[in-house]
Amino acid sequence: MNILVCVKRVPAPGARIVLTDDRQDIDTRHLGFTTSPHEECAVEAAVQLRERHGGTATVLTLGPPEAVEQLRYSVSVGADQVVLVPADTTELDPQATAAALVDAITELESGAPFDLILFGNESADSGGYQVGIRVARALGRPVISGLKGIEIDGDEMVGRRETDEGFEVYRLPLPAVAAAKEGITLPRYPTLPGRLKSRRAQITEVAVEFSSGGQEMVHLLKPTEEVTETVILGHGAEAAPQVVRLLEEVGLL
Amino acid sequence: MSLILVFLDNDRGALSPSGPEALTPALELAETLGARLETVTVGEPGHAGLQQLGLAGHVVSHPILTDYAPEAYGEALAQLADHTGASVLMTLGDDRGAEVMAHVAAVLNEPLVANVTEITDASGGIEGAWEMIRVRWGGSLLERARLRSARKLLTIAPHTFEPPESALGNPTAASTFAPDLADHLARTRVVERVRLAEGLTLATAPVVVSGGRGVGSAENFAILEELADLIGGVVGCSRVATNNGWRPHSDQVGQTGTRIAPDLYIACGISGAVQHWVGCMASKQILAINTDPEAPLVTKADYAVIGDLHEVLAALISEIRSRK
Ligand SMILES: Cc1cc2nc3c(=O)[nH]c(=O)nc-3n(C[C@H](O)[C@H](O)[C@H](O)COP(=O)(O)OP(=O)(O)OC[C@H]3O[C@@H](n4cnc5c(N)ncnc54)[C@H](O)[C@@H]3O)c2cc1C
Ligand SMILES: Nc1ncnc2c1ncn2[C@@H]1O[C@H](COP(=O)(O)O)[C@@H](O)[C@H]1O
Repeated sequence: MNILVCVKRVPAPGARIVLTDDRQDIDTRHLGFTTSPHEECAVEAAVQLRERHGGTATVLTLGPPEAVEQLRYSVSVGADQVVLVPADTTELDPQATAAALVDAITELESGAPFDLILFGNESADSGGYQVGIRVARALGRPVISGLKGIEIDGDEMVGRRETDEGFEVYRLPLPAVAAAKEGITLPRYPTLPGRLKSRRAQITEVAVEFSSGGQEMVHLLKPTEEVTETVILGHGAEAAPQVVRLLEEVGLL
Repeated sequence: MSLILVFLDNDRGALSPSGPEALTPALELAETLGARLETVTVGEPGHAGLQQLGLAGHVVSHPILTDYAPEAYGEALAQLADHTGASVLMTLGDDRGAEVMAHVAAVLNEPLVANVTEITDASGGIEGAWEMIRVRWGGSLLERARLRSARKLLTIAPHTFEPPESALGNPTAASTFAPDLADHLARTRVVERVRLAEGLTLATAPVVVSGGRGVGSAENFAILEELADLIGGVVGCSRVATNNGWRPHSDQVGQTGTRIAPDLYIACGISGAVQHWVGCMASKQILAINTDPEAPLVTKADYAVIGDLHEVLAALISEIRSRK
């Protein structure tokens, strides 16, 4: 099983998002960076499938040189190989991102396709819900999104997706593509040997040309927020009667 | 006359109840642009609902399309868009809507703007450049986006528009469209469905008692379970609780969890990061229980109790029991 996972480096805002003055970006001066939890879980799923079926788990990101941080993190949690597709921005539109990823993947595969390519269901920041599907269609491979369960059964990928009533099952012939949701599996934390390994990990670079898509960001804006006056019902255990009153008002008691 | 197509999803015949939300902005667009609006459903049924709405509709019919099959859906809708010469194709951006439209966009090689909340400028006409507002970061942030393609593909952010209330015109007949689908497109069709026990869920419960890092352990969630049982609700959690293995991911509220809108949300030991907040901000009332009076969830909540959640919940439970 040779598996590829595509992840996107994004800032990790805490309680408030602050924009830069030109509103072109989040002010990241005081922020760390991460990937979407969906992608973190996709990496874990790939590592587990590799552990079960053999082969390799490769993680790829398209982004600035700093995105190596996310690649090294994935090595610390079990990825075998990591690939950077250098770009000066992660703000390409989804069409352009997908086209660049297709070129990079084609070059990496050089004729021997990955059995499975995993994506996150949506990127954490721009949330286009489409890059994985565009890549799969361009490569002529079956693809299913929103997976909360994944297994390999012979030459098929079995995927499980949650619905209002329970779940539905898909069976895709390999090579296949899938987009994972957080919860598909529980990501592990890096171990000390994992961290050491990640420092020495070799980063493969695959350079591609970029096209431009038909969607363009004009600027970012913050949603209007209601300002609430918080009513403090009390401190510690003595607040209990006040809380009971609230539960009664809401009609729960 | 230019044409706007709205894809209305149905699940084995039952029209998706929230799907018609996408009709509201579509009707507005049709009016401003002087365009015709028609609906599309895939598979035979679901049509009665459309007739009630009084919109001309297309029913896309093919043996592969009798159950959900995103690749085939996308191919079929792309063919219908070409066949009708539609200038706009839009749908609600729920899980299936987002997936199907991404397939359509890939087949047609057109851009797709996801989770639109407002079309702010279509003055260039139906084929000109448009500007619109779309959701980022699960709703913590918005983006003004420009779409330059002549043919426009959009998904509408869920819970943004009320669906149109009643009949929009005289009931009209639907026309059937038979796409040409290669057999292999059936490879991504649902092969099996498993129903799980029904009951209150995170999405439907009137009250959610949610816990975060402050709860401290899986065992400590027992007291949240007890309160939830007493007041007819369910337990939710933050990502820290999921990541630590204290709770299953199906309990997680937030950007990559579930978005909920209960009558009351009780957040215990949760700080209120934006990615959590977008999942609970639609709650009618929020009560935060936190040791830190400055925690963002406390300052954004309607009500708060400052203190150790274990003490507060224990006292609350005995108070409720003493009254019963
Ligand atoms: C792309 C992305 C997506 C994400 N999606 C989600 C998501 O869907 N859902 C989600 O929840 N998070 C999500 N996160 C994570 C999010 O950023 C926060 O890390 C997380 O919500 C914090 O969880 P928490 O509030 O439980 O923990 P903390 O932020 O550590 O807060 C713990 C709180 O508990 C209080 N406390 C401690 N002890 C006690 C006590 N004894 N009694 C009362 N109060 C106490 C503290 O004062 C503090 O306010 C996402 C992050 C990213 C980057
Ligand atoms: N710059 C990028 N580098 C690598 N993978 C990406 C990038 N952007 C998006 N992806 C992948 O595509 C998925 C869907 O992205 P999107 O269509 O933007 O929601 C993400 O979850 C990632 O797995």
